Amino acid sequence: MGIYSFKLPDIGEGVVEGEVVAWHVEIGATVKEDDPVLDVMTDKATVTIPCPVDGTVRTRRGNVGEILPVGQTCITFEVEGEGNSTSEEEESEPVVEESAPEKKSKTKAVTPPAPSSRGGNSKPLASPAVRRRAKEEGLDLSKVSGSGPAGRITHEDLDDWKDAGSPVAAAGHGPREAKVGTTEIPVVGLRRKIAEQMHKSYSNIAHFSYFEDVDVTNLEELRQHLNSTRPEGAPKLTYLPFIMQALVKALSERPECNAHYDDEREVIIRHEAINLGIATQTERGLYVPVVKNVEAMDLWQTAAEMGRVTNAAKSGDASLEELSGSTFTITSLGKMGGTGATPIINHPEVGILGVHNASDSAVVRDGNIVIRRIMKLSSSWDHRVVDGFDGAMLVQILKNYLEHPATIFM
Amino acid sequence: MVEQKKCQVLVIGAGPGGYVAAIRAGQLGLSTIIVEGEKAGGTCLIRGCIPSKAMINAAHKLHDLSAMAKEGGHMGISIPGPAELNMEGLVAWKDGIVKRLNKGVENLLKRAGAELINGWAEFIDAKTCKVSSADGDIRIEAENVILANGSVPTELPFMPFGGDVISSREALDLKEVPDDLVVVGGGYIGLELGIAFAHLGSNVSVLEAMDTVLPIFDKELRRPVELNLKRLGVKVHTGVFAKGIDDEGNVQYAAKDEQENIKTLKADKVLVTVGRRPNNNGWGLEEMGIKTSEHGFVIVDEKCATNMRGVYCIGDLAERGAMLAHNASSQGEMVAEIIAGNIREWDPVAVPAIVFTEPEIVEVGLSPEQASAEGHPVIVGKFPLAANGRALTMEAEKTGGFIRVVARDDDHRILGVQAVGSHVSELSGEFTLAIEMGALLEDVAGTIHAHPTMSEAFHEAVLATLGHAIHIT
Repeated sequence: MGIYSFKLPDIGEGVVEGEVVAWHVEIGATVKEDDPVLDVMTDKATVTIPCPVDGTVRTRRGNVGEILPVGQTCITFEVEGEGNSTSEEEESEPVVEESAPEKKSKTKAVTPPAPSSRGGNSKPLASPAVRRRAKEEGLDLSKVSGSGPAGRITHEDLDDWKDAGSPVAAAGHGPREAKVGTTEIPVVGLRRKIAEQMHKSYSNIAHFSYFEDVDVTNLEELRQHLNSTRPEGAPKLTYLPFIMQALVKALSERPECNAHYDDEREVIIRHEAINLGIATQTERGLYVPVVKNVEAMDLWQTAAEMGRVTNAAKSGDASLEELSGSTFTITSLGKMGGTGATPIINHPEVGILGVHNASDSAVVRDGNIVIRRIMKLSSSWDHRVVDGFDGAMLVQILKNYLEHPATIFM
Repeated sequence: MVEQKKCQVLVIGAGPGGYVAAIRAGQLGLSTIIVEGEKAGGTCLIRGCIPSKAMINAAHKLHDLSAMAKEGGHMGISIPGPAELNMEGLVAWKDGIVKRLNKGVENLLKRAGAELINGWAEFIDAKTCKVSSADGDIRIEAENVILANGSVPTELPFMPFGGDVISSREALDLKEVPDDLVVVGGGYIGLELGIAFAHLGSNVSVLEAMDTVLPIFDKELRRPVELNLKRLGVKVHTGVFAKGIDDEGNVQYAAKDEQENIKTLKADKVLVTVGRRPNNNGWGLEEMGIKTSEHGFVIVDEKCATNMRGVYCIGDLAERGAMLAHNASSQGEMVAEIIAGNIREWDPVAVPAIVFTEPEIVEVGLSPEQASAEGHPVIVGKFPLAANGRALTMEAEKTGGFIRVVARDDDHRILGVQAVGSHVSELSGEFTLAIEMGALLEDVAGTIHAHPTMSEAFHEAVLATLGHAIHIT
C-alpha cells in the first residue's frame, strides 16, 4: 500500500488559484481513475478535477469556499503499490476536514435558532402564560428556540427572541401572517467571484453613465427582411448582431473606448481586435462569454458565434478560453426592457454598453407626432481614462450607424 | 309595545359557557345581556354535572352505610338496621345545592354588571333577537353575539322521552328509587347514574351497542370499572340494541339487525343515555347565516368565531373541543376577552376528561396508543393506589385503581396521565398543569408531594416511569 498525493493542477492559462466549489468524494471512499473528485472555480470557469488514480480517499484539503493555490496538495489516496509520496510527509500537513467546526459555526452564527424539538407533536412546548404572551405580542412560537428542558420556551426566551430583532409584527390582528426568521446563503463559488469582480470594478473605476434613445425603425425593417430571407440554417437575427457590427465601426473610430486600463501599471492597452463580452444570465449566475474578433465577421457569423458562446455559458460547457479576453462588454436587458440602467464596467475594460428593448413610441418628427421604434441605450465609462466627450461621442456614432443601418455594412 | 334593548355583548344561554362569558364581559366593562330560557347555571349546574354528583355522593354514602348495617359492621362501626332512604329528601337536598349555585350565578352576573333576562330568545338576524319573557317581548340588538345554547339529550325515535322513558334530567328528580332500572347506552352518563342507582338499591341493567362499556377508554382503564359493576350486580349487555318498550313497559333488545331473537328486560324506568346533540333548532339559528357542520355543530375557528363577523359560538354547540363544561367556560372567558379587544386563541394542550363512576376515571393528554401513533418515543409508568397509604385509609384502593403516566423516552416530557380509582378526580388538576406547563418527569419527581395524600401516587407513578418508584418493586 502506498500513498498518492495529488496537487491542484494548472487548470488554465494564468490561473494561480481556485476556489473549492464542491467535493464529489468523501474520506474513505473508493475511487477510480477519472471519477470526478472536486469542482474548482477559477476567475473564469468551474473545472471538475478528475481522479488521477484508483484507490481510497485518505485526506482532503479545502472546505467548500476555500481558495487553494495551484500546486497545493488537495487530496491523498491510498493506492495499491508504491504511490508517489511518503505518508510522513503528508501527515505533517494540517488536514482540514470539510466539516471543520469553526466553519460550521460561522455559517450558523446568525441563522434563526432551531425550533425546539417536539417530536410528533407540532405544537411548541410552552406554558399557557408564555403562549398567551406570544399571541398578544405577535410572536410565532414555532420560530423561537426554547432554552428550558426539552426545549421548553420561557419568558426569557421570548425576551431574547425579541431583542435579537425578531419582527414584532401585528400578527394576529390581520388575516395575513407576519413572517419572522431569515435564511442564510453562504456566498461561495460563482457568487463570490461575481461579488469580488463587481466590487473591484465599482471601487476602482470612476463610472459615468450616459443614455441615449435610438430610432431603430429602419433597422427593424432590415432585420425583419433579413430574417424572412435568411439562408438555410442561419440563426434568426436579434438586434444584438447589428449592434455588435455597428460597435466594430464605432470602436474603430474611437479606439480609446476599446481598451483595458491596467491601473496598477498605469498603462492603457488599446486593442486592435474587437472581442465583445456578452453578459449572460445562467442558472448558476452571471457569465460573460466572449465573441472574439467580431471585426473579422459578417452579420451572420456574428449571430452564430454569439449564439454558440452564450449557449455554452448557459449549459456550463464554456471553456476558459471562451470566457476570457473581452475588450468591451455588452449587457442586454433584452425583453426586460427598462428605461435605463447604469451598468458596471467589466474590469479592466473601460466601457460597457447596456441595451434595452425597442418599442413603438410617439415621437415628434418635422412638427408631427409619429410612431417610431425607439431603443434605449445605456452606457458606462471609466472616467479616469475616457473623457465624457469620448464616451458620449462613441454612443452618438453608434446611434448614427444604427439609425442608418446601411452604413454599418459600408 | 316591544321593549328595545341594545348591548355590546349578547350571550344566549346561561350555562357554564354562557354565564362565564357574561361575567367576564361585564368585568371588562362591556354592556352585556345574557338570556336564559330556564335557570341560570344551565345543564351543568341545574340538571347535569352538579346534581348528578350530589346524587352519586348520597348514593355512595347509603351504600357505605349498608356495609355497617351488616353483621359485625365495618370499620368498627355498626348500625342497628339498614339505613333508610327517603328519595324525596335526597332530591330536596340535591335541589338545595342546585339552588345555591343558581343563586350564586345570578348574583355573580349581577355584580359583574351583566343583565340576566329570563325568556326564550329567537333570532331575527345574526345580531338581533326577540325574547319572549314573562314581562313581555324584548327586542335586543347586539354588536356581538355569543351563542352558548348547549346541547340536549339524544332521543331514540322508537323510544321517545316521556312516562317511564327518561333522560338524565328526569333521573335526577325521581320521587322514588326504581326497583328495576334499564340504562340504554353504556357511556359515561349512563354508567355514572347506573352505578348511583345500584348504590341506592335499584336492580340495574345496561344495554350497550358497542362490545364494551366506556368504549372511549382503553381496556386497562375500563377494567376496574367493569369489575365494580359486576360487584354491584349491575348487569351489562354489550353488542345489543334497544328495540322498544312492550305493553308492560319492559325493554326489548336484541343484537343489531336481529328481528327474531328479541329479549326483554323488566323495567320500572328506562334511562336513555345514548349521547347528546347540539341544541341547534327552535331559536332562529337558521336566520343567522351561520355555517354548521353535518352533525349540526356551529363551525368556529380557534377564536370561537363563526363565519359571521361578531358572532361567536362556545361550548357544546360549537364544533371545537369535546362537550365538556370546562371547555365551554374556558371558551366563554376567552371570547369575552377577544370582544374586549384582547388577542386570544383557544389552544389548550390537554383538556381533562373525568368519569364519575365508581371507581372514577381521569384522562388528560395522550394515552400510550395515541402518543405512539403521533410518533413519540413512549415510556409508560404505573402506580397502584393499593401502595398508597392515604388511599388505604379511605378504602380508595378497593376498586383496584392506579395512576398511569405517559412520557417521551428521549426528553422525558409528560404527554399524558390517566388514572382510575376512587377519588382520583381530585388529582386531575396536577395532571393537567404538568402537561400544560410542559413538565418533564424530573419536574414532578423533584416536587415534594405532601404525605399522606393520594397525590403521592402521581409522584410515584412518575418515578415508576423513570424506572425507580420507591413504594413498589
